[in-house]
Amino acid sequence: MTQQQASYGFWRAAGKRLWADKLARFCMAVLVVYFLVAGAAGMGWVAKDWNEEVGVSYANPSFLGDDYPNPQGKNSIISQDVLVIDEKQKAVDPLAPYYEEIEKNAAAYEKAEVKPSWTLLLGGDKWGRDVLDKVIKAGQVSISIGLASALLAVFIGTVLGALGGYFGGKLGDLLEWFYNIFTSVPYILLVLAFAAVFGKGVSTVILVLGFVGWTGTYRLIRAEYIKQRGRDYVMAANAIGASHGRKMFVHILPNVSHLILVQLSQLVVDFIKAEVILSFLGLGVPTDSVSWGIMINEVMPELVLGKWWQLATVAVVMSTFVVSFGLFTDLLRDALDPKASRR
Amino acid sequence: MTTENLLEIKNLRVTFRLGKNERFEALQGVNYVIPKNSVVALVGESGSGKSVSAMAIMDLLPRANTEIPADSGMVFEGTDLLKQTEKQRRDLCGKHISMIFQDPMTSLNPVYRVGDQIVEVLRLHKPLSKNEAKKRAVELLREVGIPDPETRINSYPHEMSGGQQQRVMIAMAIACEPKLLIADEPTTALDVTIQKQIIELLMKLKQSHGMSVLFITHDLELVREIADHVVVMHRGVIKEQGPAESVFTAPKDPYTRALLACRPTIDKRPIRLPIVEDFLQGREHELPQGERSRGVSPADPIILQVNNLKKTFRVKQGLFSHKEVAAVKDVSFKLARGKTLGIVGESGSGKTTLGKTILRLNSCEGGEVIYNNKNLMGLSDREFQPYKRQLQIIFQNPYASLNPRFTVGDILLEPMRVHGIHDTDKDRADHAIQLLRRVGLDEKAFHKYPHEFSGGQRQRISIARCLSMKPEILVCDESVSALDVSVQAQVLNLLQELQDEYGMSYLFISHDLSVVKYISDEVLVMHHGEMVEYANSDELYREPKHAYTQKLLAAIPGR
Repeated sequence: MTQQQASYGFWRAAGKRLWADKLARFCMAVLVVYFLVAGAAGMGWVAKDWNEEVGVSYANPSFLGDDYPNPQGKNSIISQDVLVIDEKQKAVDPLAPYYEEIEKNAAAYEKAEVKPSWTLLLGGDKWGRDVLDKVIKAGQVSISIGLASALLAVFIGTVLGALGGYFGGKLGDLLEWFYNIFTSVPYILLVLAFAAVFGKGVSTVILVLGFVGWTGTYRLIRAEYIKQRGRDYVMAANAIGASHGRKMFVHILPNVSHLILVQLSQLVVDFIKAEVILSFLGLGVPTDSVSWGIMINEVMPELVLGKWWQLATVAVVMSTFVVSFGLFTDLLRDALDPKASRR
Repeated sequence: MTTENLLEIKNLRVTFRLGKNERFEALQGVNYVIPKNSVVALVGESGSGKSVSAMAIMDLLPRANTEIPADSGMVFEGTDLLKQTEKQRRDLCGKHISMIFQDPMTSLNPVYRVGDQIVEVLRLHKPLSKNEAKKRAVELLREVGIPDPETRINSYPHEMSGGQQQRVMIAMAIACEPKLLIADEPTTALDVTIQKQIIELLMKLKQSHGMSVLFITHDLELVREIADHVVVMHRGVIKEQGPAESVFTAPKDPYTRALLACRPTIDKRPIRLPIVEDFLQGREHELPQGERSRGVSPADPIILQVNNLKKTFRVKQGLFSHKEVAAVKDVSFKLARGKTLGIVGESGSGKTTLGKTILRLNSCEGGEVIYNNKNLMGLSDREFQPYKRQLQIIFQNPYASLNPRFTVGDILLEPMRVHGIHDTDKDRADHAIQLLRRVGLDEKAFHKYPHEFSGGQRQRISIARCLSMKPEILVCDESVSALDVSVQAQVLNLLQELQDEYGMSYLFISHDLSVVKYISDEVLVMHHGEMVEYANSDELYREPKHAYTQKLLAAIPGR
């Protein structure tokens, strides 16, 4: 260890270790793309018109072409006879004198008719919405739900875990008791109860997942605080007269922060998957919005008709994200705790 | 002693690959021999490579990142170990070469009975039936001095004391009648009285089994009486080797002389302890002569008075009841201003608890601590807060007592912020840099993190943190025990200089009687929570009155 070497702390060293790993760099690149696209969708720059009917119902993906059998597709067009209204018919038509007026009035509302496309890049859904736009918008919703609810859960878990672990005693017992009660209720039941109370909406999903998912973080952080509070450096802080709050959050918290970070990224993945289940059960995101869970939910009747592209799209997009994030979490943990990762 | 050699280490080089381009040469061409039926002591400080060479013999180095070049040799009874296959090495280790480690608590598997662990070793290397092996295990336990071995064979490791656990480790090591026993710091984790017993046991076994012992230690004095041959190592090279008498009486290498000189001894008390640099840079003859006189006279002003201090721990017993265990019973003493009170005792004697209780880092169950005419034990937390800066503590383990996520600057500024010393952070930073210089660190240290410093440097940072509050009383809780001999001398010198400069009073808690003798004016001996003797240090070491003190003093190595 040379003295000339630039002094760097724990986080920079961990960052260096993470960056040295090729797989970690690849995962980070994938995640950055996802977050950028989600951010752009959130700002309304892309996928703004995801809810518009831009194609025919179940429009074929472009690569299949418009010849692929589709009841609403181009290959289903049947030529129709054009009815020509001649003088003879006008004579018996009571509306005939008004035709001109009607056409004039209609001209005031003239709108170029947008022909729904026969094909869309990744196909269309039942209402002719573009699956690509949809999956981008859904990604934005799902990722923000995952992030927000993970932040909430980690916040609750960390604060309660810190209090319970640091003080112990009566307060610790009380929190343990609360935790035990909480975990004894089946997860889905708890989610149903929360969802029933809060009503339906994106913010409800965030609250439900956050309030239900803090227990793992609580247990981990509490155990870590119990371990750390007896350490010499905390004793030293006590000896110089640091207050409880200072010891808890200035001294100990930075020493457990790497665990919190790993928990956070793990929960993001867990909650994105949980949102899928909730939406699949009809308890998640309302139907006027869209998420990866909603898309998967819509797939069931489509598959019967042989319309597989929405499922394929959402499955590929979502599992790429989940796998990248999961790998990233593992590598992050290894980078933050180099001793544990030696295989 | 026969002239035949059991093991010859020839030009042994060991290199560790640390990273892609980083290498560390732990052993740089080491040569020594272990003759049959002899004791070879391998002495050096941490990082000297003494353990690495033992691990190389036992083939315990991680194969993945260890490189031993082909010209190195380890010849055991005529065969070169380095040319053998992994399986041959494994058969040899345990059977002909065995090893005991520093910490018996972590070397024994806690979930198996000790008997089963010995039986396992026996049956791995010898064709014995279960019952025969068990009988042999009982014999072995008897041989290593475990009382009542027939029942103790069914004990779990945690049911035994540290000394007994080490005896079990020794029993396992000698189970297959090895020709070479490697003892890697076998007594470092043990109390002095136990240390003496273990060393006596090892010597007895060496005689009765006719084996050779490679004794690895950082403490030269420890091997003065037992070693036939001494090898002194420093940073991967051998500085000096030779027969024990010549190394101890006429050391040739300055490093050996430094190691012998910088450890405080019980019979001398130099004004300043010599440090390794004095010897390596040839300033050996410029060392200040004369001795420091110590002692407290009744006329000295008293700064801290402790009366009948009690501390008990509540231990759960069964489902509902509690048992009170007294850690400190009725301890009283007076600490004079600018003087040092040494508190000695073995592990479990309550000396550390005493120090922490005085600083109110523990609760207290009776007695009083008078400082400035106030009983500190009777104050509320809020009332005690201003006193905290007057009473400070330096902990044993410099690796644990500094917050790893704080820079040294943060560590030094925090106490000043908490106690409102100076008005601005700039003044505080200036003060902190002064303190860093005072304790002998570069001001660049300010922006570094603790992990960038060595143990001795970290202990200096701890001292600077305490100094930032200008305390009147400093509790040194085994503050130099975890440090290497040469670093220990430097830190002790620093503590002494600071006491002379600031007039601080020290409570110096240690298990090391030589260090306590060197630094203390008065000494208090603790045993099982009670104070058994309390006197001026010269008097106590000259004529110890209590039987326990006598036993402790008799156990000091090299006496």
